[in-house]
Amino acid sequence: MTIGSLPPRYRISIDPVRCMECERCIENCSYGVFRRDGERILINSRNCTACHRCIACCPRDAISLEEQPCDYRSHPLWTREAREAIYNQARTGKIILAGMGNALDYPIIFDRLVLDACQVTSPSIDPLREPIELQTHIGKKPAKLDLRRRENGDVELLTPIAPNLRVETPIMIGHMSYGAISLNAQVAMARAAKEAGTFMGTGEGGLHSAIYPYQDRMIVQVASGRFGVNIDYLERGAAIEIKIGQGAKPGIGGHLPGEKVCEEVSRTRMIPQGSDAISPAPHHDIYSIEDLAQLVRALKEATEWKKPVFVKIAAVHNASAIAAGIARSPADAVVIDGFRGGTGAAPRVFRDHVGIPIEAAVASVDAKLRDQGIRNEISVIASGGIRGSADVAKAIALGADAVYIGTAALVAMGCRVCGNCYRGLCPWGIATQRPDLVERLNPDVASEQVANLIHAWTLELAELLGAAGINSIESLRGNRDRLRGYMLDESLMQVLDVRQVGA
Amino acid sequence: MAKQVAIDGKGVHYTPLNQQIRKAVADGADEIVISNVLGQRFIGDGLRGNITIHIHGVPGGDLAIFMSGPTIIVHGNAEHAPGNTMDAGKVVIHGNAGDAVAYSMRGGKVFVRGDIGYRGGIHMKQYEDRCPILVIGGTAQAYLGEYMAGGLLLVLGLHGPIKTREIGSGIHGGEIIIRGDVDDACLATGATKVPLTDEDRARIAPVIREFAGDFGLDPEPLINVEYTRIIPASARPFVGKYTWE
Repeated sequence: MTIGSLPPRYRISIDPVRCMECERCIENCSYGVFRRDGERILINSRNCTACHRCIACCPRDAISLEEQPCDYRSHPLWTREAREAIYNQARTGKIILAGMGNALDYPIIFDRLVLDACQVTSPSIDPLREPIELQTHIGKKPAKLDLRRRENGDVELLTPIAPNLRVETPIMIGHMSYGAISLNAQVAMARAAKEAGTFMGTGEGGLHSAIYPYQDRMIVQVASGRFGVNIDYLERGAAIEIKIGQGAKPGIGGHLPGEKVCEEVSRTRMIPQGSDAISPAPHHDIYSIEDLAQLVRALKEATEWKKPVFVKIAAVHNASAIAAGIARSPADAVVIDGFRGGTGAAPRVFRDHVGIPIEAAVASVDAKLRDQGIRNEISVIASGGIRGSADVAKAIALGADAVYIGTAALVAMGCRVCGNCYRGLCPWGIATQRPDLVERLNPDVASEQVANLIHAWTLELAELLGAAGINSIESLRGNRDRLRGYMLDESLMQVLDVRQVGA
Repeated sequence: MAKQVAIDGKGVHYTPLNQQIRKAVADGADEIVISNVLGQRFIGDGLRGNITIHIHGVPGGDLAIFMSGPTIIVHGNAEHAPGNTMDAGKVVIHGNAGDAVAYSMRGGKVFVRGDIGYRGGIHMKQYEDRCPILVIGGTAQAYLGEYMAGGLLLVLGLHGPIKTREIGSGIHGGEIIIRGDVDDACLATGATKVPLTDEDRARIAPVIREFAGDFGLDPEPLINVEYTRIIPASARPFVGKYTWE
C-alpha cells in the first residue's frame, strides 16, 4: 500500500431512535450512500457529496452530516485540498475536474465594501410612498442625438436608435445551457425571467422547443462550438450573446461529455447523440478585436440589425482594454464574468486560479470606458458570484448596468452547492439529464421560487436605493460615492475608485 | 420563365446589398446576379429560400454565414470563412478562398475550385440527415479539418499533392479524404489514416461528379484513383483526460 484510503470528506449518520425506515434517503440519494440490508439501512459515507438531498427528504430529521470527520494533521500550507489533489493526481496522472465556482479562500471584496444611507441632511425616500425606478435599458446608446424641428414645431429625432432590452429589474439570469442543466431547470428559470420582466441566457446548448414560449425573454448564445446556432435560433432570441470566455475557466473551451448528450440534448445542440460536444478555446473566426467586431456585425446583419448583441468575456488582467475594444464595435453590451463564476465542469486549476474578481474587473472596465468617453454608449453586465441584493447594489455602484445571476438561481431551485455538477447525478434534478432525477424538479414550483428570489432582491434594492436617497437604479450606476471600502488596501481602493470608511 | 434580378454592387455597403437580395427573394426571384462586388462581407447572411445568386467580383469575409438554403456561385475568389455556420445550401467558388472556410458548417456544400487557407473545414459537424460537404479542388494550408465533428472534407489536389501540416487536429467526427497519399507526418494528434473502401469510393463519386460538373471538369480521372481517408482516432478525444475532484 502506498497512498491507501483517504479520510472520508463527510460522515453521514442516522439516528436510530428518530429513523422510521421509510427509505426516502435510499430513494433520493443518487450517489449510493444508503442501502437496505435486512432490518437496517446501511450507510457508505464515502459516496456522499453533501448535496443534502437525504436531509431535505427525511421526514424525521434523523440524518446528520458531519464535514471532515477525520482530519489530517493541520498545516497552513499543506491543506487538506492540497494534499488530496496530490494523492488524486499521483494515482491518475490526470487533470482534476471540478464544479461550481472558485473554491479557494480569497478575500471577498463585496464583503469589504459598505453602502451608504441618508441621515438628516438629504432625506431618504420611502419606496412605499414614492416610486423607485428599477427599470433599465440594456443596449447601445447613441453618442449624441440629432434633432430637427418640423415646421409645425414638433421635434423629430434623426438619430437611429439601436434596439435595447428593457429590463424591469437589473437582475438577469446568466447563461446555463441545456445539457449542463436539465430542461426542467431551464424552463423554470425562463418562466421566472418572463414573470420578473427580465432576461435569461441559453448558454451554448441551443434553444429547446419547450423554451419557445419564453423566447422573447431569452438571450441566445453563440460560442466557439456554434452548437444549436442557425438563423432560426438567432431570430427567436431577444438578444444574442457571443461568448468569448467564462469566469470559471477563462481561456479554455468547454466540452459536454458524451454521456450527457442524450436524444433531446443532441437535437437541441444539433450534434450526434453520445458524442462529446467540444467548444474550442477560441472562436476560430475570431483572432483579433477586429474579427470580433466582424462576428458582431455578421450576427446583426443576419437578424437585420433588430437584435442587441452582447459579448461576454471572462474577467482577466486586461479586461478593461478588451471591453474598450468591444465597446468600439457595434456590440450593445459587454458582460464581464468574474473569477467566482459558476460552471458545470471546469479544470480545478482554472476554476480556482485563473481570472480576477468581478468587483475589480467591473470597476476598471467602467473607469476605462469613462476615460475614453464611451461608457454611455454601451451597457456593462457584471456576473460571477452575485449572492444577494447587496452584491447587486455594489456591482452597480462599481459601474455595472445590471448583473447576471447563475448559482443563486440554482440555489433558489434547491441546489446545495455541492459542486458535483460534472457527474450528471444531481439529485435535485438540476445538473443532470437522467430522466428520473430531472422529474424531481417541478418547473411550476421552481419557477415560482426563482421569480420570488428576483422579486425579493428587487424589493431590497428599492429599499437600499430609497435609504440612499436615490430614486433610480441608473443613478446608482458607477456612483462610487455611495460606497466605502472597509479594511481594503489603498491600491485596491484606487482600482475600485472608492474611499475608505470614515473618509 | 425564371425570374432574374440584377444588382450592381458597385460601392454598395453590405447592409443595403443584403436588403436588396432579401427583397428579391421575397419578390419571388429565382436568380440574382450581382456585379461589381468588391469586398462586401456577409453576402447572403442568414438568407433562406430556394434561389441562385451569382456574384461577379470578390466578396468579403463570411460569405453565406448562417445561410439556410440558397446557392451562391462566386465568379472569382472569396475571402475568409465562406460558409461559416451555414445550415443548408451551396457555395461554389470559381477561385481561391481564405482561412476557416466552412467553419462550423452543419449542412450544405461548399465547393472551392482553387486553394484554401488555414483551418479549412474547422469544426464542421453533422446531425441527423444534415451532413456538410466541403470540396477543395486545389490544396489547403495547415490545420485542415481541425476539431472536425462531422461531415465530409474532400481535397482533390488538382494541381499536385497536398503538402500541409496538422491535418485533422482534434478531429472527433466526420472524415477527410485527400487524393493521393498523405505522409503520416502531416497528420495531427487524434487523426488516423484508414484505407478507402469501395463503399467510400462509391459514396464520394457523386460528390466528385457534382464538383466536376459545377466547374466543367472531367470527373472520370478523379474517381478511380488513390485517395487517403483520415478519420478520428476517437469520437471522445477528451475522455480519460480528467479525474474527479
